Formats: sequence, C-alpha cells, structure tokens
Amino acid sequence: MSDKHPPKHAAGEHSGKAHEATPAAEETAAVVSVDTAGGAMEPSAVPATAQSGQLPGGPDTLLRKIFTGSGMVSVLAVLLALVIGGLLIASTDKQVATTSTYLFARPSDFLSAVWNAATRSYIALFQGSVFNPRGNSVAAQFAPFMETLTIATPLITAGLGVALAFRAGLFNIGAQGQIIVAGILAAWVGFALHLPLGLHLLLVLVAGIIGGAFWGGLVGLLKARTGAHEVILTIMFNYIALYFLRYLLNTPAFQRPGETNPISPILDPTAVYPQIFGTQYRLHLGFLLAIAATVLVWWLLNRSTVGFEFRAVGANPKAAQTAGINVSRSTVLVMAIAGGLAGMSGVAQVAGTEKVLTDGVAATYGFDAITVALLGRSTPWGTFAAGLLFGAFRAGAVQMQIQTGTPIDIVLVVQSLIVLFIAAPPLVRAVFGLNPRRKKPARAAKSRQAATTGGAA
Amino acid sequence: MSTKVSSPLPGKPQPGNTPAGTGTAAVSGKPVTWRTPVLLTAFGLIALVFFGLMAPNQTASFGISTGEDFFQLPALEVNAFAAGIVLSVLLLGLAAYAVYLKSQNRPAPGWLTVSFIVLFVAAFLIWVVGGARTPSISLAGLIAGSVTLAVPLVFGSLSGVLCERVGVVNIAIEGQLLGGAFTAAIVASMTQNPFIGLLAAAVAGAVVSMVLALFSIKYLVNQIIVGVVLNVLVSGVTGFLFSTVMQANKAQFNSPPGLDIIEIPVLSSIPIIGPILFRQSLVGYLMYVAVLVVWVGLFKTRWGLRVRAVGEHPQAADTLGINVNATRFWNVTLGGAVAGIGGSFFTLVAIDSFTKEISGGRGFIALAALIFGRWNPIGAFFAALLFGFADNLQSIVTIIGTPVPSQFMAMLPYLVTVLAVAGLVGRSRGPAASGIPYVKG
Repeated sequence: MSDKHPPKHAAGEHSGKAHEATPAAEETAAVVSVDTAGGAMEPSAVPATAQSGQLPGGPDTLLRKIFTGSGMVSVLAVLLALVIGGLLIASTDKQVATTSTYLFARPSDFLSAVWNAATRSYIALFQGSVFNPRGNSVAAQFAPFMETLTIATPLITAGLGVALAFRAGLFNIGAQGQIIVAGILAAWVGFALHLPLGLHLLLVLVAGIIGGAFWGGLVGLLKARTGAHEVILTIMFNYIALYFLRYLLNTPAFQRPGETNPISPILDPTAVYPQIFGTQYRLHLGFLLAIAATVLVWWLLNRSTVGFEFRAVGANPKAAQTAGINVSRSTVLVMAIAGGLAGMSGVAQVAGTEKVLTDGVAATYGFDAITVALLGRSTPWGTFAAGLLFGAFRAGAVQMQIQTGTPIDIVLVVQSLIVLFIAAPPLVRAVFGLNPRRKKPARAAKSRQAATTGGAA
Repeated sequence: MSTKVSSPLPGKPQPGNTPAGTGTAAVSGKPVTWRTPVLLTAFGLIALVFFGLMAPNQTASFGISTGEDFFQLPALEVNAFAAGIVLSVLLLGLAAYAVYLKSQNRPAPGWLTVSFIVLFVAAFLIWVVGGARTPSISLAGLIAGSVTLAVPLVFGSLSGVLCERVGVVNIAIEGQLLGGAFTAAIVASMTQNPFIGLLAAAVAGAVVSMVLALFSIKYLVNQIIVGVVLNVLVSGVTGFLFSTVMQANKAQFNSPPGLDIIEIPVLSSIPIIGPILFRQSLVGYLMYVAVLVVWVGLFKTRWGLRVRAVGEHPQAADTLGINVNATRFWNVTLGGAVAGIGGSFFTLVAIDSFTKEISGGRGFIALAALIFGRWNPIGAFFAALLFGFADNLQSIVTIIGTPVPSQFMAMLPYLVTVLAVAGLVGRSRGPAASGIPYVKG
C-alpha cells in the first residue's frame, strides 16, 4: 500500500514507538505490543503477551523461573482474586458485622467470622461445580462436574474465537453478536425444517457456524475495507444482532404459535445434540465438538500456513505485508473463523442446553469469552482450561447463591480480577514479594516526583 | 488504503472546502474517495423511495408549544407525502453536489454531510409520524426528552474525549457511569443529601478511572483489555453490593433524594429552547458547563495544548518537558470523574433508586458518540443528542403506533455508528497515540 517512507524512517519512529528499538527498555517494555503497524492496518490492539502466550523477561535461576513464570503468575492471580472476592463476601456478612463491633475485645471472633463467611461460599461454589459429597449416588455426586462441562462448552468455543482473533492482532468483542446470529440461523433450521436424523443436526451446526462466520466476517471486511476499528464495530454489531433477534422473536416466523412471550418453538428432536452420558446430565455432544474445535484451532495456529499468516499479521502487519501476506484477506478470514467458532457456542446453546431460542440465547457467554481467552493467554489449550475454570465458577455460583445467599455477581468480580492480575504480572509478583529488586527505589521516587509536577502543569 | 489522510487539525472546525483544505489534499496526493458521494446518493434514493414515494398521504402534526410556554405557537402540520418528496429531492441534490465535487477531485465539505444528516432525520421523522395511527407528536416534548436522555451520554463521551485526547482508550465509560450511579444512590441515601451523592459519584468514577490509568500506564496492560475487564468488575461489584446491602435495607441504602428540576423564571417558558436550556436538573446544567469547559480547556488553554500533544505525539511532548504519563494519569482520572457525574443522573434525576445494570450499555453508546463526534467535545455533544433523540423517538413511536418495529428504532444508533466509523462522515481518526502506552527511552 501507499506508505512510502524513506528508509531512514523505517525504524518506526513515525508512529511514535521508537522505544522498541532501545535495548535498554525495561522488561515491562517488552509487554508493549511489538507490532509497529503504522501502515494500512490499525496497530494491534492486543499486547504481545496475549499474542505469543509467553511472558517476557529473563528469569535467572530455576527457582525464580518456577515462582515468576507465567504459570505461577496465573495461579497466584487466581489466588489473589479469590482472596479479594472472599473479603468482599465477608464485608457484607452479618456475622462479620456483629463481631466487628467488639473487634478490639476479641479479634479472633472477627477473624474467624471473616474466614467462615468466605470459605462457606467457596465450599458451596466447589460443591456446585466439581464434586458434591452429599449426593445420594456416585452419579449425583459428579452431577456438578457435568454441569460445569455443560456451561464450559459455549465458553470454550467462543473463547477460542476471541483467542484466535487476538493472535491475529484483532480484538474481537463481538462473540456475543456472533453467538446470537448463529443461534438465530441454527434455531430456525432446527424448528422450521423437518429433516431425517443426523442430517438435520449437521445442517443446524453448519447453519450456526455460517451465521457466526458471516457476522464476524462482516466486521473483518469492514475493517479491511475502511480501516474502521474492530472494537467499535464488534460492540455495535452485538447490539444490532440483539435487537434483530428481539424483532424476529416477535414475528410469526420465529414466535412459538399461541405464545405472546418472545420465545421460539422447541427444536425438533432430530436437531438437538445427543446427551453424552444419558439423560440424567445436560452434558451434550457440543462438549466433544468443543474439544475438537480446540484441536482444530491448535492445528490451525501452529501447523498451518494460514495460521502462520494470522500470527505474522498479529505480530507485525506491516512486516507481514512486506513479506507478501495479504493482510486484508487475513483480517476477513480470521474474523470469519472466529465468528464461526463463536457460532458453535450459539449452536451449543440452542441445540444443546436450551433447545429453544430466546433473547437470552447468548447470556453473557460472548463477554465471558473475552476473559476466558485472556486468562488462557490466547493459546488453544489455555483457553480450554480457562473455559473449564469459568464454567466451574458459573455452575458453582448457582449452588452458592442457593446455599449461602452469596449473589452470583461475585463470580464476575473474581473473574475480572483474575484477568486484571494476569495481565499485570509485575503487580502480582509485587503483592507476593517476588519481584526482582533492582532500581526500584529510584524509579518509584522518580515517578512520585513526576506525578506532583506533571499534575500541576 | 493510505494512512496519510490529511485529517483536519484536531479540534479545529472542519476546514471544509477552503483553499487550504483542498491544498493539503492536493499536496499529500490523497485521492478523494467515492465513498461519501456513493453513500449519500444511496441514502438519498432510500429517502426518495421510502420517505417520499411510499409515504402515506396523511398529515403529520408536530406540536411545538407546551402549556407552560408564555406564548403559544401553532402546531406544525405537513403532508407526509409532499414533505417526503421535497426533502428527498433536497437530499439527492446534496448527493449530486458531492458527486460533482468528487469529479473535481475535491472532498465533500463537513457542512454538506451535516446538513444531509439533518434533512435525512427530518424526512425520516415526518415519514414515521405520518404513517402512525395517531399522526401527531409533540416536537417540544420529543426534543426535551432527547436532551434528558442524552445527559449521561454527553458526560460519558466527554470522559472519552478527555481520555482519548491524552492517549488512553477508555472502554470503561460504561463502568464509570455504573459506578457513579451506584455510589450516588448509596451515598445520597445515607446522607440524605443529593449534592454529596453527586460528589461521591464523581469520586467513584475517578476511582474506576484511576484503576484504568494505573494498569494501562504503570503496568502497560493493554488499555482495551483493562477497559473491558473494568466494566465487568464494576458490574460485578455493584451487582453484588446491590443484592447484599441495598436489597437488605432499601430505606437506608437505596432511596436517594433526587435532584430537583431547577426552572429559571421567564426563560424556561420560551417555546422549545426553554425546556432544553432552562428547565433542567443540576446535572443537566452541569452538562452544558462541562461541554464548554472541556472544549475551551482542550483547545484554548496551555493545559489543552499539552494534553493534545501527549495524545498525538507523546515523544515530542516528552522532549518538550511534558511529563507524559503523569499528564495521562490525571487526565484519565478527570475523565472518570466527569463520567461519574453522568452516572449520578440515573439515580439522582431519572429514577429514584439503583437497580442492577442501570446504565444499560449507554457507556458504549457514549463511546460511539465520541467517535461520531470526532473526538471533539462539541461534536460529541451533538452526536450524543442524536443518539438521545433516537432513544426517545423509539419510545414515542411505540406509543403512537408506527409501521416501523421499535426494535429497529433501537438499533438505529448502532447502525449509524457503524456507518460513521466505516467512513460516512469522512475518515474519523482518533488522536494518533491513543491506545499506545508510552515508555520513556
């Protein structure tokens, strides 16, 4: 394209990012996205860490490596988020409030009340998501785990879609809309057409994937053609899809006959996913497809030419362009595939869990998918694991609210804190005292001074 | 696609068709694209077919005066068919002018697009009302309601302007609005003083912003990620506290005293502009003040020049001795405070209690208004008004019963934004360094 900078400008200073070239840059500087776009594409919205799935920095000893490595940071981030969530639960607990009135007389009461409030909720969360020892049979004891897998299914596939887009340097906030459009098409094929067993389900799946791919690909196309930012586009497309769904659910074609509520007919039995472990669990074929999708995305990213192009574009669109990769085509393609993956979530919802189409078809899966992908560091298997974790949170939270009265919203708090902490490894390491101690006092003093002078200016 | 778009100087009014404007276009060799003329022609044709030829031959009536005005104006009555034809011909005329300019290799000036939008909205309105079961609405009520609905949007987009102008993308507007709404409700309830609630809302918005600033400036976390996550976090925290604290004792924690409507005598009785400008709550008046202060601040003061320098070229600003990251931190904090005040509108003016997700995605519309308004406070203000108008129109057309499904009306702001970012209003480009962390060295 038409950026004809003289060679001496090629170091990237025209985009104000010459700091990359400086070897003296702090370890943190490497976290800054390495893509000096400056060209036709917007600079990547996604930091290098999210794209590579690795943490920068040079740990020196093995011990330090273990304690400061990305895996450890993830574990510590989850721990820290759970602690803060526990404190929030405790802060609204009645027992804690009463004991706090005589805090200085008997602090042990207060502390044990805090401990009890937090752990009671978390134990309920665990029992609702993994293993319930009070179940009558082995099957009932593992029922929560099956529920976790069921809820994790749409999270995993939509998360994969977001993660794939991340790797190509695109910030796909549109999983929500892609799920909705996929749900519309899949549900319509499911209840309006009457086809033989097998073929019907296949068609439902294909329709959903096409729907999601269309909605995602449209964003990619607009971005490639006009340079519009995909974050804005996807947010707007989410709303457009939602209102379109609400409109459809009030039309005769989609509304269940004899029903005034906006709800579609139930999908044909031939159009729904079979339940894997019998009818006692809601777990359906969609989960196996989610595993397959994870393998597929892994293969696509790490073993295929297209995936290499995606990663190249994500790392540095301009360099990719120079190397002969068609950036526009990659953008459209990656958004379409991401949409198709999110579309699988839509199919899992209408053909697996819900079996009808309502305006809550996407619930908050599309937004949760972003946190899932971030937690999974945009790697396929990381996203899979993160999907399981958040699925467990979701499943357990229902049980937690019933047993202890702790609102489900606490899960949102813990989830978002986890992602925040994971995105800022230096913070987590500072909290746990694992930061390498170099130049720290000097820097802190400098920034404090900066804050006072700069703020006044 | 070239990035070397000769974008107008930030903040300056559109240079439009001045020789300087064409001069830069010629010098930078930027080809004038067909996008705007083609889009305008397409919309002109849509207007001709739908709003003109297919319009019902019915009289649409627009009430101008309300009972409280000190003189009454007769209602504006137009024939929907005739008005549709006239307006769509005007629209096509504007489109033809854009095509002519393109053939001269000159870009369509700003006023052309703006007047096109205004005429299109007018044609649309006449068509909608003309086709309704009761083809009569109160124009005064429609406009006054639009302004009211736009108040949180304006504050939200001003927050966006303040943050993006200094180089930090603020996706967390939604969280700031929600945090402001929650804090205003709980503090005003506990103190039984709405003004303290208003202040607390500003503080809450600033706190959300400080987290955004801390993570994006100190820890260099991607700003969009922080913003998205902060929205979830604020939604979770407010939802949690709403369920545990507010629900348990509604009287003590969730019954804030409202901010009253302050009427300025005489002036508030002027038809149409009276209710808009002089019959507002304190938050409503603050909105006008904030728009002006931010505009003057950004474009007429030394502070504003520094802020924009940091947002456009942080390295140059640093070279000149401006502390980039400190400027960013305090500006983002200020933006959060502004959005927090906007959030207080929900619980202190619009509704008298807090509910979960009371901001209902308006933070994202504010973001859209910011882009639609081209990162300019005044532009963002009018864009927010347009979105407030669409919002209000949606509820009104449901009442008067039009052929257009209300869901499509609700969809309009988002569709308009897609068109806007896709280049209908010219290429909208944010501050150059927006979203890019600055690391010295």
